[in-house]
Amino acid sequence: MPSKSEKDLYTGQATTGHEWDGIEELNTPLPRWWLWVLYATIAWAIVYFILYPAIPGISGYTKGVLGYSSRVEVGQKIAAAKAAQGKFRDGIRDSSLSEIRTDDRLLRFALAGGKAAFADNCAPCHGVGGTGNPGGYPSLADDDWLWGGGLAEIHATIRHGVRTEDDDTRISEMPAFGGEEDATLTPEQIADVAEFVLSLSKRATDGAASARGAPLYKEHCASCHGETGRGDREQGAPRLDDAIWLRDGSKAGIVAQIARPNMGAMPAWRTRLDAETIKMLAVYVHALGGGE
Amino acid sequence: MVAVTAEAGPDGSSAAGDTARSPDLPAYNMAVVRQFTLATAFWGIAAFLVGVIIALQLAFPVLNLDLPWTSFGRLRPLHTSAAIFAFGGNALFATSLYVVQRTCRAPLWGGPSLASFLFWGYQIFIVLAGTGYVMGITQSKEYAEPEWYVDIWLTIVWVIYLLVYGGTIVRRKEPHIYVANWFFLAFIITVAMLHIVNNLAVPVSWVGAKSYILWSGVQDALTQWWYGHNAVGFFLTAGFLGIMYYFVPKRAERPVYSYRLSVIHFWSLIFLYIWAGPHHLHYTALPDWAQSLGMMFSVMLWMPSWGGMINGLMTLSGAWDKLRTDPVLRFLVASVGFYGMSTFEGPVMSIKPVNALSHYTDWTVGHVHSGALGWVAFISFGALYFLVPKLWGRRELFSLKLVSYHFWIATLGIVLYITSMWISGIMQGLMWRAYNDLGFLQYRFVETVEAMHPYYVIRAFGGILFLIGALLMIYNLYRTIRGNYADDQVAAYEASQPAGAGAPATA
Repeated sequence: MPSKSEKDLYTGQATTGHEWDGIEELNTPLPRWWLWVLYATIAWAIVYFILYPAIPGISGYTKGVLGYSSRVEVGQKIAAAKAAQGKFRDGIRDSSLSEIRTDDRLLRFALAGGKAAFADNCAPCHGVGGTGNPGGYPSLADDDWLWGGGLAEIHATIRHGVRTEDDDTRISEMPAFGGEEDATLTPEQIADVAEFVLSLSKRATDGAASARGAPLYKEHCASCHGETGRGDREQGAPRLDDAIWLRDGSKAGIVAQIARPNMGAMPAWRTRLDAETIKMLAVYVHALGGGE
Repeated sequence: MVAVTAEAGPDGSSAAGDTARSPDLPAYNMAVVRQFTLATAFWGIAAFLVGVIIALQLAFPVLNLDLPWTSFGRLRPLHTSAAIFAFGGNALFATSLYVVQRTCRAPLWGGPSLASFLFWGYQIFIVLAGTGYVMGITQSKEYAEPEWYVDIWLTIVWVIYLLVYGGTIVRRKEPHIYVANWFFLAFIITVAMLHIVNNLAVPVSWVGAKSYILWSGVQDALTQWWYGHNAVGFFLTAGFLGIMYYFVPKRAERPVYSYRLSVIHFWSLIFLYIWAGPHHLHYTALPDWAQSLGMMFSVMLWMPSWGGMINGLMTLSGAWDKLRTDPVLRFLVASVGFYGMSTFEGPVMSIKPVNALSHYTDWTVGHVHSGALGWVAFISFGALYFLVPKLWGRRELFSLKLVSYHFWIATLGIVLYITSMWISGIMQGLMWRAYNDLGFLQYRFVETVEAMHPYYVIRAFGGILFLIGALLMIYNLYRTIRGNYADDQVAAYEASQPAGAGAPATA
């Protein structure tokens, strides 16, 4: 409802003379500080648009007086970071793994670099500190190695991966002994073999079954896992005579593994990481506790 | 609490009887406003509850229950959509349809049936969207997760909203359009544009939920954040400024501080906001020039945003004392304070070197919630407390004391939420960029997650407080609608009566 402009008693400001549902408006001028800050931000924007890339055109954009480019900037930062590590990186590149082990300066660098690279790339499967994870992710902090625990073996495993497309990948395949009708072993035989496998780590509870399993083990398993279950690192065949199990070590777990084996895979890291980083990783993993 | 069941108070009006007070008032459609008001309260609790659940899931991942339907990934959009579109949206519908009728002195255009379609149509949109999220149906665009069939339905509802709202303004009996309506109208028009452009998609089939968005790569990212940022700008800022411009002067019973400021800050806000989206894509594949524009338009947005805060706060000139006695006004004013805080924080975070630290961290989450809890929810609470007695013809609320409890519990919750996320976010950003003396990353990612755990617990606690406050509000509004008055209100009412009833007369 329109009314006449009046003076507000409290502020002394005039109203605009408009009124809606009882609400009136004062005609207070813009606060000066508000206006000046608004102008200041606009001035800042104009200066920024002159200095930095800002205004698009038909086939390009204004590059700005400073010639700034975020892509160039990040490239420079990466180059500067690499340069700062330069002599260490060169040292890693030019030294053998055992030379790195014996050079205090390089060793410290390699352990730090290996730790950072391990955290980003390896820890999701192998756990922080290489403690391993259930379900086939081996611990790297003990002396139980599938493919060998020397510097060179660890380095090769990281470089070429396990069961990958890489020409030099670590690869082996355990046959499935159970499952379909034409399976090598019957379910009863598999149970007997599993009982015998338990006996290798002194956990068998059924002597008769274990005895029945012994010849089957010798025939089908010993060529890779060894007569006494010592395993074979040449083939990546795990030890069966210790208490360390990559997967489920219960009888049911062993039966399942014999019938339809699960076999893990690991990427060939040379396709993802540079040579120095892989060397540092090898030194770091070797130093986790189980290096040979 | 002894409740006095009372009919409408001495100056109250009956539920249907706005006309009773002043014979020349047209027959407003308050039924649909009542519906939207109840829906606001209902969806508010739903949004806060899911928020508390996912905050607890972040602190204690076992609460994901290993079920797809209850996993964080599905409940998170359920929370954000419930908060923004279900709670915020219904609050905007309720207030805008109330305000437009009263400030235009015209009933809703299109009559009661169209208004009723608006209500049910919008609730169907919410249910369709929410059930989709839980079942894993999403187009994976933040704050625009619903698939094509929901998008089309919302478009229909929204166009009708524009017709009802615009039609009412056209048929107004006031010579001028009140400033609250400028903001509501800007919100309705811009959200329509944003929603349609961002959701342009090709369904895989007419009988399946899946679709592919028209945009791809960085164009899709930019369209998404043009939408996402302006959902904040026009849904959660312009729309809620519309609420502020009506309910603050109304509750404070003071004229709006400056008409001139409202004109300048309205147009500068509308013009500048739409360009600020690229600040969500700093240091990405987005070209540098677009990043520069996004950053500087965000910086220039600072004062236009603050124009609303100044107008809201300074409207209290001459009525500041009411804050002591009126917790409803306290909600409204505190919300304007939070609005000022987050609209300062926003431009700061859009500056590239600051963004390099803050982006992808919990700082962003804290920033959003200082706006969502402090501004959007608080002003909605204030509006609900104002509206419910009016809409149901009650003299006052059931209990102002309970409103006061709600205010302090919720404020404490917000403070815990924001401060824990500031600390967690800045710590997270600093840990990500920490290098040791040999130039290698200092922390593993999982170490940053571990370090955030205590702050996640504090945040969840803050959320629980906020939820408790809202439940107090539900109780209070329920008793108000029932027509009950608590002891404090009865005493205040008796004190306000002239001597004779045994109560002292007020000077």
